Amino acid sequence: MHDPGDWCPRLPTAALLRHDEARHVDVMLLPERVVVLHGSGRAVLELVDGTRTVDEIITRLAPDHVQEIRGDVISFLNRLRTEGCLR
Amino acid sequence: MTAPAPPWALLAELTHACPLHCSYCSNPLELTRRSRELTAGQWAAVFRQAAELGVLHTHLSGGEPLLRRDLEQIARAAVEAGLYTQLVTSGVGLSAGRLDALVDAGLHSVQLSVQHADPGRSDQLAGHPAFDAKRQAAALVKERGLPLGVNVVLHRHNLDALDALMELAVAWRADRVELANTQFYGWGLLNRAALMPSREQLAAAGEQVKAWRERLGGAVEITWVVPDYFSGAPKPCMGGWGAVSLTVTPDGTTLPCPAAATVPGLHAPNAAERPLRWIWEESPAFNAYRGTDWMPDPCRGCERRTEDFGGCRCQAFALTGDASRTDPACSLSPDHAALIALTRPGTPPMPVPRRPTTPDRLQERTDRRTR
Ligand code: SF4
Ligand code: SF4
Repeated sequence: MHDPGDWCPRLPTAALLRHDEARHVDVMLLPERVVVLHGSGRAVLELVDGTRTVDEIITRLAPDHVQEIRGDVISFLNRLRTEGCLR
Repeated sequence: MTAPAPPWALLAELTHACPLHCSYCSNPLELTRRSRELTAGQWAAVFRQAAELGVLHTHLSGGEPLLRRDLEQIARAAVEAGLYTQLVTSGVGLSAGRLDALVDAGLHSVQLSVQHADPGRSDQLAGHPAFDAKRQAAALVKERGLPLGVNVVLHRHNLDALDALMELAVAWRADRVELANTQFYGWGLLNRAALMPSREQLAAAGEQVKAWRERLGGAVEITWVVPDYFSGAPKPCMGGWGAVSLTVTPDGTTLPCPAAATVPGLHAPNAAERPLRWIWEESPAFNAYRGTDWMPDPCRGCERRTEDFGGCRCQAFALTGDASRTDPACSLSPDHAALIALTRPGTPPMPVPRRPTTPDRLQERTDRRTR
């Protein structure tokens, strides 16, 4: 198995990131689907562009805390991939 | 009283007009006349209010929404309000020019209905030579890079084609497939006996769905809407009355569910006359069956009451004449035996194709069928 940090995640072209004013959360919208983004979820997804690797995303997000957040970011992105929300 | 949680979705039925004549159509028997349809400006106001209320998705539906010549303008208004906007279409009338205009308006996705995998059978079930238009529409949608959902309403006359339907969806490069066993509302209720599948058909189709899910992995999202007449468990209709979504019909009548117009005494509010927030939060219609306080026995003391919300009110009304009874689809309902009787094999009558009609003519037809 190769290192999960090397994967270059990509959002489906149909995905839309926006703030949900009524519920005070960030969301990712897909056909028939809403993914509620907690914490730094939106910040992570905004760095997802299909060319950056997971490790590059993490370094950009928090250059001083790479080790602390790496596991969380990887499991967040993996979960979205299993649910068909990331490629 | 605390305000109810905001709705997530708005079903916008832009018109009841449709070139197709599907006998399972859930539109009401009395179709709204075109002259009574909301204008594009009125729809724009509905979308703005919906977005303020918390709605995130809208489905531009019908009838056939492409019959609205101002559909592009309506779609633009939905997108500008900030809604994720999906076109729900039969594919008839989706030319390259119209799709480009819709894409330009910001349309996010398309859901295309298919009646059968075999072109001849599909046209027969639709009562219109529509199959070629569907195939072309699917290709166009994918060419423009929009996500494509294929929706099939399943019943006695197409359940056996499930494998072929899945092959078709894959060949058309659908991103999502919704396999929805027909529900019995509107024309579908009128045609219930003709559409009712057999237990064997359903069991076989269920196995095929399982196999397709394994074969395709996560590449195509497959939704299988189970038929509640056969499962013994009622569906959590609309995620609960006035809980998740609202439906605005062509003339602005606003309902907790597309079939709710049949529930007597509901006094459904109109979005052209009342603020949508009032309709959602305060109108008697949206509060009539909200939560669990309205529930009768056996729901009242049942632990599943916050999961299925006592099932579907419209179905309870259609089958018992009382919208506040437990959904007869529930095996605990005192009316369950009557529902089971409807699923027993008999000689099914011919389906009645959906078409514009006056109540009188319809009564005649219904009489003829029930005699
Ligand atoms: S179900 Fe068929 S007849 Fe009814 S609106 Fe849809 S395409 Fe038209
Ligand atoms: S009794 Fe009511 S709440 Fe319980 S399972 Fe049946 S419909 Fe649902």
